[in-house]
Amino acid sequence: MKKRKRLDHQLIFKLIKPGSRVLDLGCGKGELLARLAAEKKISGQAVERNPARVADAIRAGVAVYQKDLDCGLPEFKKDSFDYAILEMTLQQLERPLAALEETLRVSRFTIVSFPNFNYRGVVGKLVETGRMPVTPALPYSWHNTPNIHLFTLYDFLDWAEQRGVTVVAGYASAAGSPFRPLNLPLDSSEAEELLFVITLPGSGQPQSTGADA
Amino acid sequence: MTDPLNVCLEKRAPHDLPDAPRSVGWISPKRVVLADQANPLPLDCGIELAPVTVEYETYGRLSPAKDNAVFVLHALSGDAHAAGWDRDWARDNRPWRQERPGWWDEMIGPGKAFDTDSFYLVCANILGSCYGTTGPWSPNPENEGRPYGLDFPVVTVEDWIRLQVRLQDYLGIEQLLAVAGGSLGGQQALAWAINYPDRIRSAIILAASARLGAQGLAFNAVGRQAIFNDPCFNRGNYYNSEAPAGGLELARMLGHITYLSADSMEGKFGRRYQNGKRPCYRLEDEFMVESYLSHQGRSFVNRFDANSYLYLSRAMDYYDAASNNGGDLEAACAAIRADLLLISYTSDWLYPPESTRAVAEAVLAAGHPVSYIEIPSTYGHDAFLLEAEKTAPLINSFLRRGAQG
Repeated sequence: MKKRKRLDHQLIFKLIKPGSRVLDLGCGKGELLARLAAEKKISGQAVERNPARVADAIRAGVAVYQKDLDCGLPEFKKDSFDYAILEMTLQQLERPLAALEETLRVSRFTIVSFPNFNYRGVVGKLVETGRMPVTPALPYSWHNTPNIHLFTLYDFLDWAEQRGVTVVAGYASAAGSPFRPLNLPLDSSEAEELLFVITLPGSGQPQSTGADA
Repeated sequence: MTDPLNVCLEKRAPHDLPDAPRSVGWISPKRVVLADQANPLPLDCGIELAPVTVEYETYGRLSPAKDNAVFVLHALSGDAHAAGWDRDWARDNRPWRQERPGWWDEMIGPGKAFDTDSFYLVCANILGSCYGTTGPWSPNPENEGRPYGLDFPVVTVEDWIRLQVRLQDYLGIEQLLAVAGGSLGGQQALAWAINYPDRIRSAIILAASARLGAQGLAFNAVGRQAIFNDPCFNRGNYYNSEAPAGGLELARMLGHITYLSADSMEGKFGRRYQNGKRPCYRLEDEFMVESYLSHQGRSFVNRFDANSYLYLSRAMDYYDAASNNGGDLEAACAAIRADLLLISYTSDWLYPPESTRAVAEAVLAAGHPVSYIEIPSTYGHDAFLLEAEKTAPLINSFLRRGAQG
């Protein structure tokens, strides 16, 4: 899981333009924001609900605000940030769509990554064993998983279309390989983890957010 | 008696003795006159006060660039003696200082949160207190040098900061690396950040908020009434007679209840009797919690001035970070330039976590980054002193990051 997190970090690190304002939601230990601040001179704010992780992030030198994302982000004004990051967090929220609405409001671009439940490695395990799949991207048992809202690539794209959200870019990764541009429809079952950059039409200037990778 | 009822002592690690590697060792308090007739200190109440003396202590060394100074801000009953052992306790008639080091000794010293190998710490006694800085006990030049008593002007948190700014200038420090404090000290740190944004680079605010709630105001009011109603109070003119010890003791007992939590009291004392398992059928000092509070009250009157308690608790009442912005905390926080670290403790009901969070929310709404954490603790408001182990690494990392930035 840790190695995969870093792959995620690498892509997000590339996507974010130097000097921008970044909101990292569910920041964990704050490594990504610390690196972005050090190497890309971004101004960052992290949000995390677990006090132990908040302490880690403070020790990492990140400005971190302890808060449960399911309570919304009313303290942040519209378009306060260039990017909001929801890294492997959405599936853990009580109200994932409310959180997406908030990130779309407070930032121009939302960078969201999540495990794809339609990944063949997940579905295959479920069918073969008849039990909830435990995989590198979903490393929990049914009773202790924080992932309470699992969904798939098409679930996400359906929501984006219904909501009128523009998908600026999409990336996929599987079995620990680096993220690469999304390849539809193949990635519906080939992608283990997905990452999207989304925005609302008219939310600031369209800018190239394609990875230089 | 070795103070068996003191929850603070039980929780605290053994003191670092003066020769311990992590102690700042023997310390001498310093005094400086920062306002005189030619340059009096303007107060919020409209009075210009002079002379004004400030007692302060310093630990560590000021760097040649003068960029490593941290002002530590004490709470209601605190003093300038934040760390180490007072060499001059006998000269200044402060025998209680033989028993223990400064009030934040766990946090200040070589290798501690406020690492004196890296940072230069300054702690000054606040205006109106009774530990060397001018207060109601000081000679009133307009009354033939008799103590001010209740003729001392009503002071505010903002007045305290105005005086600390003079100390900053006296020490020749253009910008402080940080200001830091808990409780009333945290409110001073917030006042620094809002009123003097360019004079500090960061502020560390523990167990404090933008204003005391109505419940807190109510407790302070009862504390003051206890002092007013003491037969020895004599409208504050007691310096040549018996002091209103009973009233001050009662005020301190009441204050102590607000510093603890229901859980910590239950855990420490429960319903245990002072003498064995059976009631003695008497009205005084029957339960352990009673004896504890009495002990706290009695030891307090030996080291504190009742008039100072009146003035400092009133300043605590008055402080409202948003008062200059029509109650709009976000507008007040728009002035802030410093990096902020806000820490609350889950069982604190004097300055509850929601009230500290409200400051963080206002700062974020003003478009400024903030660090805010709720540390799980059962110790109530006192957690900011007692949870040193959990708090220290956060403060240390935050300071080091500020020093690099």
